[in-house]
Amino acid sequence: MSDAPAPRTAFLENGLKILVQEVHTAPLASVWCWYKVGSRDEMPGRTGVSHWVEHMNFKGTTNIPREKVKGIIEEFGGSWNGYTWIDQTTYLETATRDALDRMLFIEAERMSNGLYDPAECESEQTVIISELQGGENDPEQLLEIEVNAAAFKAHPYGHPTIGWLGDLQRMTRDDLYGHYRRYYVPNNATLVIVGDVDPDEAIARVRHHFGAAVPGIVPVRTLSAEPAQLGERRVAVRKEGTTAYLKVAYHAPAATDEDFFPMLVADAVLTGAKGLNLWSSFRTPPPQRSARLYRTLVEGRLASAVSGSLMPTADPYLYTISVTAREGTSREALERAAFAELDRMAREGITAEELEKARNQLRARLVFENDSVTNIAHQLGYFETIASADLFLSIGDRIRRVARERVAEAAARVLRPTNRTVGWFEPVPADGGDDEGEASAGPAAGVRGRP
Amino acid sequence: MTTDAQLGLSPVRHRFENGATVIAKPSHVAPAVAVSVSARAGSAADPPGFDGASHFLASVIDRGTESRSGDELAELLDSRGVSLTVSAMRHTFVVSCICLTEDFSTILALVADVIRNPSLPEADIATRRGEIVTAIRQDQDNPAMVAVEEQLAQLYPGGHPYGRRVKGTLETVGRIDRRILRGVHDARFTPAGLVVVAVGDVEPARVVEETGQVFGDWRGDPVVPIAVPSPPPVTGRRQSVYPMMNKSQADIAYGFNTIARRDPAYYAFSLMNNALGQYAMGGRLGDNIRERQGMAYYVFSAFEPNLGEGPLVIRAGVNPANVDRTIAAIDNEVRRMADRGLTAEELAASKRYLIGSMPRMLETNAGIAAFLLSCEQFGLGTDHDTRLPALLGAVTLDEANALARRFLVPERATVTIAGPYAQRGA
Repeated sequence: MSDAPAPRTAFLENGLKILVQEVHTAPLASVWCWYKVGSRDEMPGRTGVSHWVEHMNFKGTTNIPREKVKGIIEEFGGSWNGYTWIDQTTYLETATRDALDRMLFIEAERMSNGLYDPAECESEQTVIISELQGGENDPEQLLEIEVNAAAFKAHPYGHPTIGWLGDLQRMTRDDLYGHYRRYYVPNNATLVIVGDVDPDEAIARVRHHFGAAVPGIVPVRTLSAEPAQLGERRVAVRKEGTTAYLKVAYHAPAATDEDFFPMLVADAVLTGAKGLNLWSSFRTPPPQRSARLYRTLVEGRLASAVSGSLMPTADPYLYTISVTAREGTSREALERAAFAELDRMAREGITAEELEKARNQLRARLVFENDSVTNIAHQLGYFETIASADLFLSIGDRIRRVARERVAEAAARVLRPTNRTVGWFEPVPADGGDDEGEASAGPAAGVRGRP
Repeated sequence: MTTDAQLGLSPVRHRFENGATVIAKPSHVAPAVAVSVSARAGSAADPPGFDGASHFLASVIDRGTESRSGDELAELLDSRGVSLTVSAMRHTFVVSCICLTEDFSTILALVADVIRNPSLPEADIATRRGEIVTAIRQDQDNPAMVAVEEQLAQLYPGGHPYGRRVKGTLETVGRIDRRILRGVHDARFTPAGLVVVAVGDVEPARVVEETGQVFGDWRGDPVVPIAVPSPPPVTGRRQSVYPMMNKSQADIAYGFNTIARRDPAYYAFSLMNNALGQYAMGGRLGDNIRERQGMAYYVFSAFEPNLGEGPLVIRAGVNPANVDRTIAAIDNEVRRMADRGLTAEELAASKRYLIGSMPRMLETNAGIAAFLLSCEQFGLGTDHDTRLPALLGAVTLDEANALARRFLVPERATVTIAGPYAQRGA
């Protein structure tokens, strides 16, 4: 497999890093502006500030007044969006190539001239709380928040990106604006342009729009290294519901750790290869019919779904197995079967045939997940933010070089019982009864059905 | 620079003697091919009393064929990084995937085998039944799903194919057995009406030839068209609440039945809907409910015409304390659109957006394949991408506003609410 071509790299004097890649398959361009700030950079009491700031950065700037935001990119047929996660915040526009200047103008405005109107800050608070409560409607999201919080006791990866409700209710406009000014400076950003563009011209236009942006003193990321976990941790969410869910999270290697790619192969063998694109990979289900956990849990009639997640991150994050218990399944039996497979991986590693299959899967996924200017631009910026764009460019080679022994060694280090946090969503009957001791994943008698 | 998008897609379309159609579009963006195969099956054709049969068939059709075991299929797919997505929609049953170019022949033959010769193993039927039961139970705990399913059940009552749940119910799924699944396959999977679409790094001549090799000798009678009656007219406003007090947020669905996809008014309706509830994060609804009042993380309107008259459903997720205010705001926007219509600027903006977004929509192999399949399903022609800008461009303000007056009547809205909400006075 040939690895992705290297993008053109440039810097402005103010520290802004620019990555430009020509792709001429469609008359489109995708612009992403990445900031090295995410929920890991938030102090207690200010959780969720990065995400709220992201929302505010769609609410108008000095030169794009609030009423002009609507339609500013749509008139080019374009789409725009943004997201915040643990290591990063990013904004994107994808539109026809003639909109390149407009896209750069929007991002330059967003970097320096956000309005942060107090009334808009207040109005957005309820939107974000609505987003949080919408997530709470999903038992799996509730469980994930509990598991992550239990897995991390020192590192800020433990709190949810959307923040804790109490913090969202107390945060002020000044908190938001202070965060914005601290982190939204050119020397903390990477601008990525991919598409039907001329690199020289694109860089010149970036200079035009961003050249006057004033650099700042970027706060040094304080690292609270997560202490080694010394024993299994357990959490349970007990709430009215219909279905039981299991999550098992292991502390996992960071993207630059030598164990990362071997663990990616181990995950492919356990649950099928997902690829590495946070923006697009989830849109195509993994090839997992012959994966070990799928065969044991789903074909074994214990679960209706199983998935694995190992995302590339700046610091060590989590390798998480998520399981939807099948109606009527014993929770103990499901857990026992899942741990048997995970322990076997830690003990025995993988076979040569499994290594070959995992490599093939990952090779195919890398092709599939880089099929648009938007997806390519995402990957360049994402990896630049957590490590370097070079890491993205070398993924194919790194996967090719993974040896069986390295998978076994990495799995033995990661998939230890003492390194895991186990979480259950235990559905409680609708009448408020307590099914303590009830170990079936199915609905207890008395669950109220809908008409 | 010349691009495919400027020239139009210009796919190759070929119909075989047995009635099967293949559509091929080369694209060399990546060494990959998107493949979709569609049969004229779907939940609208579920046998009476067996709602969910097509969905059930979708879960089991690729678990073994007459010549390959489920394990063999799994190995063939997994070793190439391919996962089949099998979907039963209202009128179509689609098997789709993306594969590397080097695997195209193998995967096309495998998909053909799955479509033509599924063995429907009893053991897999039992396994998949448990998964479907779990999925239905998950849906019952999902306010968004409850609000929408109840909305459709009310808009399309009396066993109408668009009102039935695609997954079926716990009761009907419990009744579906191998005989029923085999019956659905025998009745609905025939070469006449089959559509194969391949977009990617493979030449059309090869696609046509290889499709002929794997489907050309298939024989069968044309399928019986699925009758889709007009839903009964809605004469008054309806509002139903489905309390789910274990949840944090309430989901609102607010809808009307509308027109069929082939209705000439489709393009005007699309533009009107875009301005109402889509343009720039939710159109007028987003401006009011999310941007000005800060009540919802999501609010939008979805217009889903089909072979029959489909719905327009406005959706919002809100704090239970804001349910009444949100419904009042939706009423206001719907009434304002009906009474005063779109402005010329709004219509022009939506036209620019929908026309301008076509290169994005048609950028990836999978995006092109989905577009071409839809064109074939609705008989729009292989040149629809080149005609679409003119069709949208020709829509007049009067046409769009007449549709708003005719369909957007709050007094005839169907409102369903699921979540931690108790209706006042109820």
